[in-house]
Amino acid sequence: MKERGQVYLIAYLTLVRKEITRFLRIWPQTILPPAVTMTLYFIIFGQLMGPRIGAMDGLPYMSYIAPGIIMMSVITNSYANVVSSFFSAKFQKHIEELLVSPMPNSLILAGYVTGGIGRGLMVGLVVTCVALLFTDLRVHEPAVVVLVVTLTATLFSLGGFINAIYARKFDDISIVPTFVLTPLTYLGGVFYSIDLLPQFWQRVSLGNPILYMVNAFRYGMLGVTDIPIDRALLIITGFILALTLLSLHLLRRGTGLRS
Amino acid sequence: MKALEITDLHKTYANGFVALKGIDLAVEEGEFFALLGPNGAGKSTTIGIIASLVKKSAGKVRVFGIDCDLDHAAAKALIGLVPQEINFSQFETPFQIVTNQGGFYGLPRRLAEERAETYLRQLGIWDKHDQPARNLSGGMKRRLMIARALVHEPRLLILDEPTAGVDIELRRSMWEFIRGINARGTTIILTTHYLEEAEALCRRIAIINHGRIIEDSTMRSLLARLHMETFVLDLFDPLDEPPDLSPYATRLVDPHTLEVDVSREQDVNGLFVRLSERGIRVMSLRNKANRLEELFMHLLGERLPQEEAA
Ligand SMILES: Nc1ncnc2c1ncn2[C@@H]1O[C@H](COP(=O)(O)OP(=O)(O)OP(=O)(O)O)[C@@H](O)[C@H]1O
Ligand SMILES: [Mg+2]
Repeated sequence: MKERGQVYLIAYLTLVRKEITRFLRIWPQTILPPAVTMTLYFIIFGQLMGPRIGAMDGLPYMSYIAPGIIMMSVITNSYANVVSSFFSAKFQKHIEELLVSPMPNSLILAGYVTGGIGRGLMVGLVVTCVALLFTDLRVHEPAVVVLVVTLTATLFSLGGFINAIYARKFDDISIVPTFVLTPLTYLGGVFYSIDLLPQFWQRVSLGNPILYMVNAFRYGMLGVTDIPIDRALLIITGFILALTLLSLHLLRRGTGLRS
Repeated sequence: MKALEITDLHKTYANGFVALKGIDLAVEEGEFFALLGPNGAGKSTTIGIIASLVKKSAGKVRVFGIDCDLDHAAAKALIGLVPQEINFSQFETPFQIVTNQGGFYGLPRRLAEERAETYLRQLGIWDKHDQPARNLSGGMKRRLMIARALVHEPRLLILDEPTAGVDIELRRSMWEFIRGINARGTTIILTTHYLEEAEALCRRIAIINHGRIIEDSTMRSLLARLHMETFVLDLFDPLDEPPDLSPYATRLVDPHTLEVDVSREQDVNGLFVRLSERGIRVMSLRNKANRLEELFMHLLGERLPQEEAA
């Protein structure tokens, strides 16, 4: 094979392009719903209830929840993109287009994860625009914002990938989002500071990885956090590493892909 | 050089089913090779292993001398696969599907698009290139998969029952097309249930049954092994009883239809001499059954008792 690096680069870019084309083609299912849901959150929690709730960590409630809501949409959408795209590639068998090609497993993984990051960031941006209709957003530390949001999107894209590898039927791709992801997100400090919780539940909350991401992101935007930022970054990176290794292991074994 | 070399290939599926029991195959570069066998014989399993869709249990596969265990990427770059079952996204367009496949093999976008257009045109589905693939008819979907397999111009093209469910006219035009690809130097391996397809296209043939190769030879030598051929003659004038055409055995099916057996030692010329002597005028003549089909059944039959004993 000539110029292997070149071949791999083109293959990777092709897959990324295919993935992005996919979620843009079905934008009423991928981009619009989070925009609508998050608008409702802003109206109900921010606009209507916010003034009664009062300040949270010294900030107006609307400003406090905005970063969490953006993060929540990034998490759900990067996960959803990869789990549904990869599972339907398995289901319709066009994953075989990749399996017969010279693309190594790591590149297939990278392509799908990049697609998931793409959707996560795009939805994050849309929701940010929605947020700007309701409140001013200042960015305390842009580098942290970009880093945290990208790492988070990466982590949940990987999660979606692993879910899709194990999934055998369509039900299997909604179990984790419904029973694991959503509760963890709601309990991950999107709507409240964990300072409000009793000691015991504060400690339990610290076992929730999403708490770290939401707080790191909130720190990047607003400069307030429940958690030391470097510890948050360390934890996110650790999870990414672990899930990457697991994904590659599953791909090498051919789980759910090669009989 | 050998385009494909398979040695002692075994496959046991996760459920314990033994699909391949030690396959050996060698296909020379430029050859047009047919892999025949009944349903469930192991054809797609063998092909799946070559194309890395199925994990082998044991054995070796080499593609143009490249050991797939050592550098599967390089081997895969040389192979184009037309699978038995539809496996493209129903929502993408043929143009996207073929172009992207080019990309997965490392073709720059421009080149991939040019090739996609070329092959979609050659296969006669360009007028649908911009519609979702689910709008294509069954035959068009098969042709789309052929275009997709050719986009990176593989040196070895593997077609797993490409003409299943394709009408006769289209089947013949697909044969013509594939012959053209072979004439340009591409090695072709084809699986099929249609023996006439193998006979029309392939110089070499292997027959697989229950995960074993039971025959691997040239089409010629296979045909030469037929002991006897039965011809059906349509007669001008009715006969009351079978005529004596000895040494040829005859049977009168109806007053206008006569069957004659010609063994391998005999020739057909002699038959016509005998017919003329008797004043029997023949309107037309055809083979009774597909000879290959008979041979095929014969070969499979031979193996069955062994299988049961094993
Ligand atoms: N994933 C699998 N798990 C278990 N058994 C399998 C699997 N795939 C195929 N088999 C079995 O392996 C055998 C060979 O199947 P294969 O698909 O290779 O046959 P084939 O020769 O291509 O048949 P056909 O002409 O019907 O396409 C069959 O008995 C089949 O049931
Ligand atoms: Mg098959």
